[in-house]
Amino acid sequence: MDSKEYIASGILELYVAGALSEKENEEVYAMMQQYPEVKQEVLSIEAAVVNLTAATANKDTSSKFDTIKQRLGLSNTASDADETPVIPLQPKKSIFRYAGWAAAIVFATGLLYTAVLYNDLESEIEVVRAEREDLKKQIYEANSDLTAANDLLDALRIKDIITVPLGGQQVSPESYAKVYWDKKSNSIYLDLQGLPEPPPGKVYQVWSLKLNPLTPTSLGVIEDFAGDKDKVFDLQNANESEAFGITLEPAGGSESPTLEQLYTLGVVASNP
Amino acid sequence: MELETLIDQFQKKDAKAFEALYQMYNDSIFGVINTIVKNDDIATEIMQDVFIKAWNKADSYAAKKGRFFTWLLNIARNAAIDKTRSKSFKNAQQNQDIDFFVHSIEGNDQLDQKVNAIGIKKYVGKLAEKCKQIIDFLYFKGYTQKEASEELDIPLGTVKTRNRNCIGELRKALEV
Repeated sequence: MDSKEYIASGILELYVAGALSEKENEEVYAMMQQYPEVKQEVLSIEAAVVNLTAATANKDTSSKFDTIKQRLGLSNTASDADETPVIPLQPKKSIFRYAGWAAAIVFATGLLYTAVLYNDLESEIEVVRAEREDLKKQIYEANSDLTAANDLLDALRIKDIITVPLGGQQVSPESYAKVYWDKKSNSIYLDLQGLPEPPPGKVYQVWSLKLNPLTPTSLGVIEDFAGDKDKVFDLQNANESEAFGITLEPAGGSESPTLEQLYTLGVVASNP
Repeated sequence: MELETLIDQFQKKDAKAFEALYQMYNDSIFGVINTIVKNDDIATEIMQDVFIKAWNKADSYAAKKGRFFTWLLNIARNAAIDKTRSKSFKNAQQNQDIDFFVHSIEGNDQLDQKVNAIGIKKYVGKLAEKCKQIIDFLYFKGYTQKEASEELDIPLGTVKTRNRNCIGELRKALEV
């Protein structure tokens, strides 16, 4: 895929949203390293989203950084460095005084240490939780992919399923497709791996055909060909089909098939 | 200074870089949190926690995993959603009914020179319902592409293209 198509796909907007999987994030990162225009696009999208989200802030919180600094015990930045000089007190030489201070310091150090430890643990929990959410998402996605694949396999293994290979026709001789027809449930599965992606504004339409006389019945159009990963589609077919054909039609489909745009055709074997 | 350099120094525990990043993103982080918890004081608390967490866990961020802003956004959304699930929060929450980020922007008279106020308000004002939803899901609620597709009942590919168009409008309004 070239960088233009990549940008136009909308993946970069999802990247900034944090809506992609870890693997996809790494892909986008690699594309950004390779193509400066991809990186520039990400920066622009990010700028837009930063602006949009910032516009929802109904309160100015810029001064709250001081609180954060205090809570983290960070040393002050330049602006605060020149504060009132500390005037040394005249030391009173009392052993109890020192002992008191020492105890206080020990106590304070202990407190501080506990606080830091607590803070650390809390952040750790937050980060681990975010990672766990990510993993859950990945497992969920993998599981639903697997379920879909298993369902498909089960469907294709039905005993009485009829397999109809469709061969490429004049407009596209190298095309092919396969129809799996389960007569009992009146459903068909179409494997369209062997068809080219339809040009913009066009869709594939599937037809059930009676041969004598030639009578086509539309079984439906394939709406999201490009977006479907495995290119397997299911449709209903309650017809006594004798053949199946696939034509290229304007988006939305046609009343009757455009025969000049017949991509694949196959006859149902009379004795399956 | 380059963003990469800032982040790098931030990861090396440079307090100045930290402050610069804070000033860059505090409004966004606060805004997103407030869109979820709908309470200024609670949102301020969480926003501070988020930056403290980011500081403490700075080394767990890596550029190849995503944008720094996105990383912060994730911590923020998680922390805010966590809060809404807590008991104390449910009891405190009564008469808040800001539904969408849209209302926060339209009702926001605090918009200062930091953001392109006119551009944003114009954009939000004429934003299609479809865009409001998808932007709310993806950027403010942190849905994945899949979750957004299921929630809106549209194909995965449509989530991408629709969202790109919506963000495209925003960019036009902001000229970025």
